[in-house]
Amino acid sequence: MKLDLDQALISRARTAAASIADGVMAEIKPCTTVAVERSILRLLGVDGVDVDGVPLPNVVVDRMAEEGLLGLGAARVMARAMAATGDDVNTIAAKISRDEIELAELPTAGEAAGMAKISAIATKSVARIAANRNYREEFIAKHDEAPTPWLYVIVATGNIYEDVKQATAAAQAGADVIAVIRSTAQSLLDYVPYGATTEGFGGTYATQENFRIMRAALDEIGQELGRYIRLVNYASGLCMPEIAAMGALERLDMMLNDAMYGILFRDINMLRTLADQHFSRMINSAAGIIINTGEDNYLTTADAVEAAHTVLASQFVNEALALRSGLPEEQMGLGHAFEIDPAMEDSLLLEIAQAEMAREIFPKHPLKYMPPTKFMTGDIFRGHLMNGMFNLTGVLTDQHIQLLGILTEAIHTPFMQDRDLAIRNAKHVFNSARHLRSEIEFVKGGRIQRRAAEVLGLATNLLEEIAASGLMAAIEKGLFAEIKRPRDGGRGLEGVVRKASGYVNPFEELLQKEINARRVGQ
Amino acid sequence: MNAMNIGTVRPYGDTENDGKIQLSFTLPVPAGARAQEAARRLVLKMGFEEAAVAHMREMGKGFTFFVVYGRCLHSVNYDEIEAAEVQVAAMSHKEIEQFIEEKIGRPIVVVAACTGTDAHTVGIDAIINVKGYNGEKGLESYNWFKTYNMGSQVPNEALIAKAVEVGADAILVSQVVTQKNVHITNLTRLADLLEAEGLREKIITIVGGPRVSHEFALELGFDAGFGPGTIPTHVGSYLAQELERRQAK
Repeated sequence: MKLDLDQALISRARTAAASIADGVMAEIKPCTTVAVERSILRLLGVDGVDVDGVPLPNVVVDRMAEEGLLGLGAARVMARAMAATGDDVNTIAAKISRDEIELAELPTAGEAAGMAKISAIATKSVARIAANRNYREEFIAKHDEAPTPWLYVIVATGNIYEDVKQATAAAQAGADVIAVIRSTAQSLLDYVPYGATTEGFGGTYATQENFRIMRAALDEIGQELGRYIRLVNYASGLCMPEIAAMGALERLDMMLNDAMYGILFRDINMLRTLADQHFSRMINSAAGIIINTGEDNYLTTADAVEAAHTVLASQFVNEALALRSGLPEEQMGLGHAFEIDPAMEDSLLLEIAQAEMAREIFPKHPLKYMPPTKFMTGDIFRGHLMNGMFNLTGVLTDQHIQLLGILTEAIHTPFMQDRDLAIRNAKHVFNSARHLRSEIEFVKGGRIQRRAAEVLGLATNLLEEIAASGLMAAIEKGLFAEIKRPRDGGRGLEGVVRKASGYVNPFEELLQKEINARRVGQ
Repeated sequence: MNAMNIGTVRPYGDTENDGKIQLSFTLPVPAGARAQEAARRLVLKMGFEEAAVAHMREMGKGFTFFVVYGRCLHSVNYDEIEAAEVQVAAMSHKEIEQFIEEKIGRPIVVVAACTGTDAHTVGIDAIINVKGYNGEKGLESYNWFKTYNMGSQVPNEALIAKAVEVGADAILVSQVVTQKNVHITNLTRLADLLEAEGLREKIITIVGGPRVSHEFALELGFDAGFGPGTIPTHVGSYLAQELERRQAK
């Protein structure tokens, strides 16, 4: 072990994180949410919008909630409607939108037969997700997998067709992973917009059609280049599990998917987010999607030196929660960032300590490393140098997913040349320092080892403090990112519903089966 | 610089008045001799002389990046230039506290927000929150400021309602996202709302952000604008002195 980390401390931290996660699971078990139920409908094939442009999954779930039926689960109510009408799910959804079906008056007599139909549809849907996963794995097996760190770049034009052009150019220039940044307000929308979109603010709306368009474009260029180009979006915000479902159906490869980000940074109710993250991660797990957690964001509000241990503590919590959704370590892209003030003496040493520590504590995890943003100014030349230092740290500490820094960060959304310069920078540094890692050792008891030990110690203490009160109380006290959120506050609380007796989510079992099958197969 | 020439200035490469400038840009064409000539001619059309393509590289199919040098023949008369800057004597944290205590006699109430769709609170947090920026604590930590940081994605209407509710002396708006000039639309709308509510003269209005200058803020109908590099004492000094000036009227 290069950092000579205290293994006993690491296992204490994991034990505390496990107890925190168990506490969360107990809180969310009796609940479902409007977003979870809408995801179930989407996975069952409900798609489209009503005459006013409202997505049908919203129309149906809202109606079920109004009638007091949502506690039974959207699947059970849909089963009753199928048995009573003989229609398919989408026809039923359309009829509900036109007030042609009285949900409260549906007979329960045919429910069992309806549930059998729902079960068959759900099985087919999970099979589609598995087929997507197989396609990805077979494509990668046939071609060379990109060496790590993977080059991850963003496109953010607001127009999906313009995004396609930029993404294609980036892939040609060497990018391995393309993230389509979402329109800034989307995390707070309690519905997923519909269709192809050409207008957005600071990004492009995540819609199923946009996913399809970008997927097709990346597959095409991937075939041409003989490389699989991974596509990323955001299973986060108020529609976290719905977007996970859409991503699984359209073969996305990574999803930003943090257990606490929405609570802290978007003021979404904690119970809502924690319940949503659980189901979304089950979907991501079965789909073979790598999640990216958002610890880097802590450092945008707090100091990267002082708050370093909160990043590590959150990585432990994200890991423990993800394990409880069946997500294997190989799909946990735990996040962190290169955000220490570059004016500080030895800042690079502290960055190396933090990144290497994450690597050693989470050895199988495809760590997601975020570039400097906070200390980027309009001085693009200095920014380019900082990104070079970030890239050196990334290759030295064996990071898996390197989100490339752009020299014009803090000025505008990237020009095509900015992204290209970022890729050139990363390729240059990765290539010239490819095996540096295996050639060096850290001085025993030196600055880097001492720093890592300090951060691990603080993180362990913090986790044990949180474990004592539970995660929700800890967030209320502001233990993460210096942000306090009340348990009963935040957006989306009204969308949390207590499960009634007889509640059913047919996908939980099916996804779990798929997850287990993959685990055995590995 | 020669005193005779102080009036006119042009870019300085390695010799006075050589006018040398470096440019970088992308053309949506494949690389090649024709692309190189296209880049050169484009730079000549911009008014440069001696345009020389130092670097050309195709990035992806049909897009080529250029670094081009040229000589700029234009100059500006430096003596004639007037640029708006926030006119305020810089004070330290302690001096600001003392100034408010003596000249105002009550805490200054400030409401701050990232408005519209903007979710980037880095700037407003640096100015307001105790954490501050680079060791400079934010206004929240001052005894003589009472601050309300409303956070991100705050509708203009909610910001104004809060300002009225708490009897704000000042509103601070941060705008980071500037894609398609969304910040201008948003700020103009806020200025209109303030005017309509009759608050325009009563409340000191400040805009901050990486693309914001004092001149830009004045143009949009705000009292002051603070750009990159602003620290809490800049804003604090301005607020204290501006409020005192208004009260003296």
